[in-house]
Amino acid sequence: MPDTMNRSKHYDAIVIGAGPAGLTAGIYLSRARLRTLIVSEGTVGGQMILTHEIANYPGVENISGYQLAGIMKKQALAFGCEIRSNVSVRNLEPVGEMKSVTLSDGSTCTSDSIVLTPGGRSRTLGVPGEDNFKGRGISYCATCDGDFFTNKEIIVVGGGNSALEEAVSLTKYASKVTIVHQFDHFQAFEHAVEEAENHPGIRFLMESTITGFYGNDNLEHVTIRNLKSGRIINYKTNGVFIFIGYVPNTEFLKGRIELNKWGEIVVHEDMSTGIQGVFAAGDSIAKRFRQVTTAVGDGTVAALAASGYLHELKVKHKQLISA
Amino acid sequence: MLYTNLKHLETAADHNQAISENENVMVICGRMGPMCIPVYGIAEELETEYRHVKFYDMEFDNPESRVIRSLPEVRGFMGIPFTIYYKNGKVVKATSSIQTKDQLTAILDREFAAPVNA
Repeated sequence: MPDTMNRSKHYDAIVIGAGPAGLTAGIYLSRARLRTLIVSEGTVGGQMILTHEIANYPGVENISGYQLAGIMKKQALAFGCEIRSNVSVRNLEPVGEMKSVTLSDGSTCTSDSIVLTPGGRSRTLGVPGEDNFKGRGISYCATCDGDFFTNKEIIVVGGGNSALEEAVSLTKYASKVTIVHQFDHFQAFEHAVEEAENHPGIRFLMESTITGFYGNDNLEHVTIRNLKSGRIINYKTNGVFIFIGYVPNTEFLKGRIELNKWGEIVVHEDMSTGIQGVFAAGDSIAKRFRQVTTAVGDGTVAALAASGYLHELKVKHKQLISA
Repeated sequence: MLYTNLKHLETAADHNQAISENENVMVICGRMGPMCIPVYGIAEELETEYRHVKFYDMEFDNPESRVIRSLPEVRGFMGIPFTIYYKNGKVVKATSSIQTKDQLTAILDREFAAPVNA
């Protein structure tokens, strides 16, 4: 490590993301007495804090995601881990022994290793008007906002389990629910499809997509394009609930780390990436199951592998000095 | 029950006291759901930075939160949380649904001034 380096901003490891994978990595790394910084674009806890009740986390009978995240954060801080939340990564230089991370507040930190745990987020439609009517007719959470649409006609967008299950739950409030889905079939489990198809309050617009949201103060209508015929219709509605899956938060890694066609980080068994000293864990990696428990497991493996890498790096530097 | 680390407003009287005794007040009225939790989390972090602002939350399903739900500024809101910004007891801004840290700080800076050490 050069003498000129500003040690106050140099870490053994920088963890990018503060969901269960990132917090676990932070706990393990800082407990190993490695100087560790966790940076998080959002609130500490990631997607976990959005889970109302976690009943399958071993050792804890029942806990909210918010509370579990709070405990993990406390554990990480107790071991000396630094946490900076609500800052995004502006630039990442992962190649070479010295890694560098520039944050949205303009500060730059360096480290000997990086653990990537940026997680994922709900996918948006990305069509005109979507931002304007968020909270004024467009929602991404049925349990949060369903009761605002009592006796109104609404649309649910999507064809997976979340879309169909939430469509059924929204029939408690809405007078009519129309599911708009881009394909001619659903991706949801059979039982969810069956329940939605047999529900008298639900109708379907298949092979269709919303192309715009319109209204004055509140959402009043949408335009829907039939993907087969190309025909566009105006559809009056006061509410649209969007459930079209998740996307990994890996845009900032494009061209820097190997991603698969879905934008997920490609990792080896020990959570190492193709770049030496860079590891990844949690929902943003290419894998099948995404649970709090799997994220915690990934985070543990990534932290232990990073610890091993840092140990080897120190041995190598010592040998160079003594040579 | 809201299990955040913000100060909770339990009654309309608490609410009225908070906005009458403090120049700059932000109240997040919501539930423990995915649209609300990130906003509580950001507010918790901003508390230390924006010492000239008092941050509170109030449970949306508490009948006492009618004091917020009946504000003319939230008419037409169809997404929680309802986040209300008060200056000298008067509503200066209200937003519906989830907000980012940048969106929150932009409002705080504009309505209540940026923190001195920023």
